[in-house]
Amino acid sequence: MPEEYEPKIVAFFCNWCTYLAADLAGTSRIKYAPNTRVIRVMCSGRVDPQFVLDAFAKGADGVLIGGCHPGDCHYQEGNYKALRRFRLLQRLVSQMGIEPERLRLEWISAAEGDRVRAVIDEMTAQLKALGPARRSHAEAA
Amino acid sequence: MSEMNGTVRIGVYVCHCGTNIAGIVDVKALTHYAAGLPNVAVARDYKYMCSDPGQDLIRQDIRDQHLNRIVVASCSPHLHEATFRNATRAGGLNPFFVQMVNIREHDSWVHTNHAEATLKAIDMVRAAVRRVAYHEALEKGRVSIRPEALVVGGGIAGIHAALTMANAGKHVYLVEREPTIGGHMAQFDKTFPTLDCSACILTPKMSAVKNHPNITLWTYSDVTAIEGYVGNYNVTVTRRPRYVREDLCVGCLECLEACVYKQAKVPDEFNMGLSKRRPIYIPFPQAVPQTPVIDPETCIQFKSGKCKKTCIEVCGDRHAIDLYMQPRTEHIEVGTVVLATGFQTYDARRSPYYGYGHYPNVYTALEIERLVNASGPTGGEVVLRTGGHPKSVGIIHCVGSRDENTNRWCSRVCCMYSLKLAHLLKEHTGAEIFNFYIDMRTPGKGFEEFYQKLLSEHVHFIRGRVAEVTDASLHSSEEGQLVIRVEDTLAGFVRRIPVDMVVLATGLEPRADAQEVRRLFNITCSNEGFFLERHPKLAPVQTFTEGIFLAGCCQGPKDIPDTVAQAGAAAAEALALMDAGYMETEPNTAYVVEESCSGCKTCISVCPYHAISFLDERQVSAINPVLCKGCGTCVAACPSATIRQHLFEDEQIFEEIEGILEYA
Amino acid sequence: MKPKVAFYWCASCGGCEEAVLDLAEDLLEVTALVDIVFWPVALDFKEKDVEGMPDGSIAIAFINGAIRTSDQQKMARLLRAKSELVVAFGVCAQSGGVPGLANLTDAAGILEEAFGDGVRPEREYRVDGSSVTLPKLFDTVVPLSAVIPVDYYVPGCPPTPKIVAGALTALLDPHPPAKGAVLAPDHALCEECPRRDSRPQELRLERFRRVSETVLDTEKCLLAQGVLCLGAATRAGCEARCIAGNMPCTGCFGPPSRVRDFGGKAIGAIASVLGSNDPDEVERALESIPDPAGTFYRYSLPTSFLERRRMEASNGRGN
Repeated sequence: MPEEYEPKIVAFFCNWCTYLAADLAGTSRIKYAPNTRVIRVMCSGRVDPQFVLDAFAKGADGVLIGGCHPGDCHYQEGNYKALRRFRLLQRLVSQMGIEPERLRLEWISAAEGDRVRAVIDEMTAQLKALGPARRSHAEAA
Repeated sequence: MSEMNGTVRIGVYVCHCGTNIAGIVDVKALTHYAAGLPNVAVARDYKYMCSDPGQDLIRQDIRDQHLNRIVVASCSPHLHEATFRNATRAGGLNPFFVQMVNIREHDSWVHTNHAEATLKAIDMVRAAVRRVAYHEALEKGRVSIRPEALVVGGGIAGIHAALTMANAGKHVYLVEREPTIGGHMAQFDKTFPTLDCSACILTPKMSAVKNHPNITLWTYSDVTAIEGYVGNYNVTVTRRPRYVREDLCVGCLECLEACVYKQAKVPDEFNMGLSKRRPIYIPFPQAVPQTPVIDPETCIQFKSGKCKKTCIEVCGDRHAIDLYMQPRTEHIEVGTVVLATGFQTYDARRSPYYGYGHYPNVYTALEIERLVNASGPTGGEVVLRTGGHPKSVGIIHCVGSRDENTNRWCSRVCCMYSLKLAHLLKEHTGAEIFNFYIDMRTPGKGFEEFYQKLLSEHVHFIRGRVAEVTDASLHSSEEGQLVIRVEDTLAGFVRRIPVDMVVLATGLEPRADAQEVRRLFNITCSNEGFFLERHPKLAPVQTFTEGIFLAGCCQGPKDIPDTVAQAGAAAAEALALMDAGYMETEPNTAYVVEESCSGCKTCISVCPYHAISFLDERQVSAINPVLCKGCGTCVAACPSATIRQHLFEDEQIFEEIEGILEYA
Repeated sequence: MKPKVAFYWCASCGGCEEAVLDLAEDLLEVTALVDIVFWPVALDFKEKDVEGMPDGSIAIAFINGAIRTSDQQKMARLLRAKSELVVAFGVCAQSGGVPGLANLTDAAGILEEAFGDGVRPEREYRVDGSSVTLPKLFDTVVPLSAVIPVDYYVPGCPPTPKIVAGALTALLDPHPPAKGAVLAPDHALCEECPRRDSRPQELRLERFRRVSETVLDTEKCLLAQGVLCLGAATRAGCEARCIAGNMPCTGCFGPPSRVRDFGGKAIGAIASVLGSNDPDEVERALESIPDPAGTFYRYSLPTSFLERRRMEASNGRGN
């Protein structure tokens, strides 16, 4: 593995819980690995599996989806829909040869700034050990 | 439709935020990079973008540079999205052509490596520049706000909020679960630091509630369902049967005396079980409403059907007692809700080393409040459960507070009430009083002076967390007493202090059903379980659900002055909404592109707000933009990508993803 | 002079040739209007004949099948050069089709599966001083558009007679559709499905059943009966023929134009009707979809975002 490899993680954070938790980590000056790039959505239920697949296709080493804890979704049930889609997506992604550590769904509430740090640091370390995500390689063209 | 219409001209603004951002992120390099991105007409950096001159940059550039998109790389959108949207609108451009990039909370404040932080900012700005090209002009929606309010909880917080709003001319429904309003404050004897009689200052407010033409008071009632959205909440209130008709009862209370139970047998909840009541009772003499309640669990007539019903007899031709009363359901429509459901005290049995429930002369603070109170179980005489008066009392602070094993937080009121109880107990009994504390927290007005007064009353203060209360005596001088074992940290050794009575300063906790209540109202709780405010500094009475406000200890432990202040604040915020008569809503709603809809109905059941309906005549789905809250779940569920979402279009998000990974 | 047309097949099953024959009597009308100058399955014209034609002299080349060998790639490029318009005919040419599922493995994996231990085709064979070569088998199946610019797409596995007739009409019209168009309606199949009314507004499924595991009502919505029908995610135009045969839609017309990755969108939609919020129940429900890739990318794996499975490689860095 080349020394310069730094995993790039695309994160979809729900506006009311995980995004606020990340803001809280910021105001609390909690330090964590700089490998994530956050895309804000209103609810984890907005995360279309197409987004996750596009992220992997365009070179993400990992995709992290952050939503509210079960029962706490700001919009009642969006996170449950996210969970169901995620589970089916997980199976598909595994068939496509992408290691399970690369796709992660985490429930992080607005008060859990430190959990943002813990999840991102852990995922970054795992992906660093795993190496860069393999890319598609079509030789016709 | 979101496509790139015409030539896109983007202005990118990178904020230094003093050194908050510029200290870690190379803002000059970032700005330079942004200037070279496709469609970027101008890129600037500035010390404080949210300031007036900063906003002016945007306003001027829109005019001079003919900008039609704005990207601001600065703090969290939760702080300044509105600011930059307003500046954009002032510049003559639709405010929804703005996209913010969070390079402070999510970047400069959480990363230490300058190069990596700058790289992250570059990726994020590039993503935003790509996304914003696909933004479209939008208008905020408007929702009308009904002028009625609901206050849940009739303690001092709920009472004050209800009176404030009622005085402003709004109709208020005050729903209280107990048979009377008053809450915990009605149980206190005197309040600190002035030693006002608690009931004396509370009961006028309770009366005011009873007499107020704008307040509908429903006691012995619960909110069981709430639907709708800000300004238009449909609430179901279930009113439990008291078996005494409020409209017929005149409050003479003769039925209480007439009850076949000559000796009261049921532990009296208001007096913390220190006295007994009859099955027909009123919680305390100044209860509002002054209408007795019959407890079906203990009333002979309910249990066996064979009572002489002397209560009904003595009520005579008023016929106020109705043993066949049924629960009633009320449906109301309100515009705003104030939650003032209060607290519960820490259950001292969770700290068995203090002996509560095991040694009869270990009391909780609330029990002492009743004991010293003139209308309490003993008429204000401090009598031990084992008889006699105590000659020495130990008051243990921080029971169930500041404790890793139980509750970590400081309950804020216990130091002050422990000082108060020390004073009252000394006054009533002349006993020797010991207060065992960790720190003395006396921050409020007159509080430090009160502490000084106690010091001058020769109350002993021992700094140390009490390890245990035991009746095992090591020495004859300890026999028959409760020994408090504590490390006196200032003196530097462990002490054993025998006392006749132990008082536990139990902390404040969220109520046991806080989780159910907050799910009912769709708000969130903090880690500790108190209802969560929208912002700890700047929005302490709002929740994340529009139109629902918090007041009092349900949001966190606090004393009466802070509770009343917060209740006034919640009332003011609710009034602001109701007086305005409308509220603007974020235009991030989902919408159906009708010509593409195949009528598959996948979306209909996905919406928790029932905002999506199926139009039978046209065999397509339609979304009500007033009910839609903009979660986007239906957008992801639509199998043919027919449902789209303003501000969160697929194209916009794909551009963000691909912008982030352009150089991956 | 009648316009010249060509039909060619790449990695395909022959069904698209049959689809042309399915025009039945209408085929005679077609042959009256055009000159078929190349159609290996039916006529005797050779590659050399095509090479000899002037560039752009073929009005329309209908190419079906996916591209997975060097020979198919070569022929596609040849026909592109010789044709004014190239139409990707059938879902294999459009998005890879069923052969596209080979992207779950690679060339080595295919040969292993086909020939087992030891035996492998020799690509080059010398006889009498000259050599004969087999085309190279690609690791990755790609759609036609990956190797040549494509003007129009006719979806289906195979395209139905109505769609084919409609495509021909559209192409021969003096104002043909915009380039790049899929010649079928741009909304989902439910719009034309006779069973749409019986799909309830509240649909909650505990699990999916295979067609063979259940007796299906011939009039009720198949998804509502617990069979995995992808009609809601699939482009219309086929008149719901499979549904008329009491079989669920498997997505052969591809997605409507607004969807970028058919499988990703279908997953989002299907998971939304799997009824439970309990993670264990969700897992049990998902057991009834044992092969998500095969189910949701049956025809479109090469044009999905991921295109192919990432393989382990001996140097640890797969491709």
